[in-house]
Amino acid sequence: MLEKIFSPEAIEETIWIIQNEFPLAIWETVYVTISATAVAIVIGMPLGVMLVAGEKDGILPLPKAFMQVLNVTINLLRSIPFLILMILAFPLTRLIVGTTVGTVASIVPLVIAAFPFVARLVEGSLRELNPNIVEAAQSMGASPLQIITKVMIPESIPSLISVFTIAITTILGYSAMSGIIGGGGLGKIAINYGYYRYKYLVMLVAVALLIALVQIFQSAGTKGAVKSDKRLKQTV
Amino acid sequence: MIEIKNLSKKFQTAEGTVYALKDISLNVKKGDIYGIIGMSGAGKSTLVRCINMLEKPSSGTVLIEGKDIGVLPESKLREIRRNVTMIFQNFNLLMQRNCLKNICFPLELAGVKKKEAREYAMELLKTVGLPDKANAYPAQLSGGQQQRIAIARALATNPKVLLCDEATSALDPNTTNSILRLIKDINKKLGITVIIITHQMSVVEEVCNNVAILDEGRVVEDGPVRAVFSNPKSEAGRKLVFPSGERKEAKHA
Repeated sequence: MLEKIFSPEAIEETIWIIQNEFPLAIWETVYVTISATAVAIVIGMPLGVMLVAGEKDGILPLPKAFMQVLNVTINLLRSIPFLILMILAFPLTRLIVGTTVGTVASIVPLVIAAFPFVARLVEGSLRELNPNIVEAAQSMGASPLQIITKVMIPESIPSLISVFTIAITTILGYSAMSGIIGGGGLGKIAINYGYYRYKYLVMLVAVALLIALVQIFQSAGTKGAVKSDKRLKQTV
Repeated sequence: MIEIKNLSKKFQTAEGTVYALKDISLNVKKGDIYGIIGMSGAGKSTLVRCINMLEKPSSGTVLIEGKDIGVLPESKLREIRRNVTMIFQNFNLLMQRNCLKNICFPLELAGVKKKEAREYAMELLKTVGLPDKANAYPAQLSGGQQQRIAIARALATNPKVLLCDEATSALDPNTTNSILRLIKDINKKLGITVIIITHQMSVVEEVCNNVAILDEGRVVEDGPVRAVFSNPKSEAGRKLVFPSGERKEAKHA
């Protein structure tokens, strides 16, 4: 088995594929992951803020019915397996992109899967904030909107960077899965060569590259979170 | 300056209604340093939060310069809160902002121009004795220094009243004294009325002119500090002034 995977022909073929198909695949994976994460943050972040601020005892209580719908919707989307969500999202994908196959088309289900996740992550982040700091801002005459934009979010920046890093690495994993329904990238290569054509070496290289990408995103995110945190004593 | 009339506050808990404050009436004169002392759970923190309406009283009124602030809408309350500022036991500074920007914060909320705010904040840094800490972050300061920044922040909107909620309880005795001196100084120089909430006798003795003793949500005694402390009439007052046994010895002597 091993000899077959690493046979000279297999290695030669793999090198050819690496040279001809991998550059585009890496680019597609990075592009899809980053754009899907960005859109998911744009949608998920305000929802996460609402989940915290809109509570009964929050700083900007929202109607109870609205909060219930928001919570149930998020839980619902979070509970659908991504593989099935991709198929369920076909009509919407066709509406927005015009097609259901291809790299750009795979961004739609990724965003649908990721924004509720981001909303929950942001919620968790904001809940960690010391409530006394919010009270202090209120005691200085801050309006609810000012508390959100000038206290809750800026004070949570390090934690938000951490959770957005979690989001981007998770979405990277999902994006590989979208190779099954015609999404591009490293996932597609791993599935097409490894699963359908038994070219395990190509699959291994694709997986190794996915691992490397996760490592890069994670170290950059961790570094950003630590660097931005002014609570850690550092010399000015 | 501040008149509290028949103020009560009840909370609904799982075990039923709990009265945190019962029928409190107090009168704080302009320019006074007024102490409110009591054991933990006596209702001090709730009381001080009723003075700026962070807690809404269940009944009774709070008058500031003759104005009933209990009936004001949120937007007007925010203006009142610029006149009645507060410092806290745990300082509650914004940890991701440097000291200068922390002091600018209430000015930013009030819509003051950035440049003006910065200049005034620099001045306040001098007032509290930390002119070189403008660019330092709160985490780089000691507790006492953080409280000084918090005081500067509380002074930024030129308030008429400063509420101190256990402001020295997290500090060591030396630092406590220096913070109390600063508060006394501010009171004298700027004529700001100060209300000090504390459980420490020494704090009241050090700076307050008048004091009210709070016990189980009621004011059991109030008056000039010397009169109240030299001859406490209430059970709670005696407990505070002569903690465990000391009174017996005093009697024998």
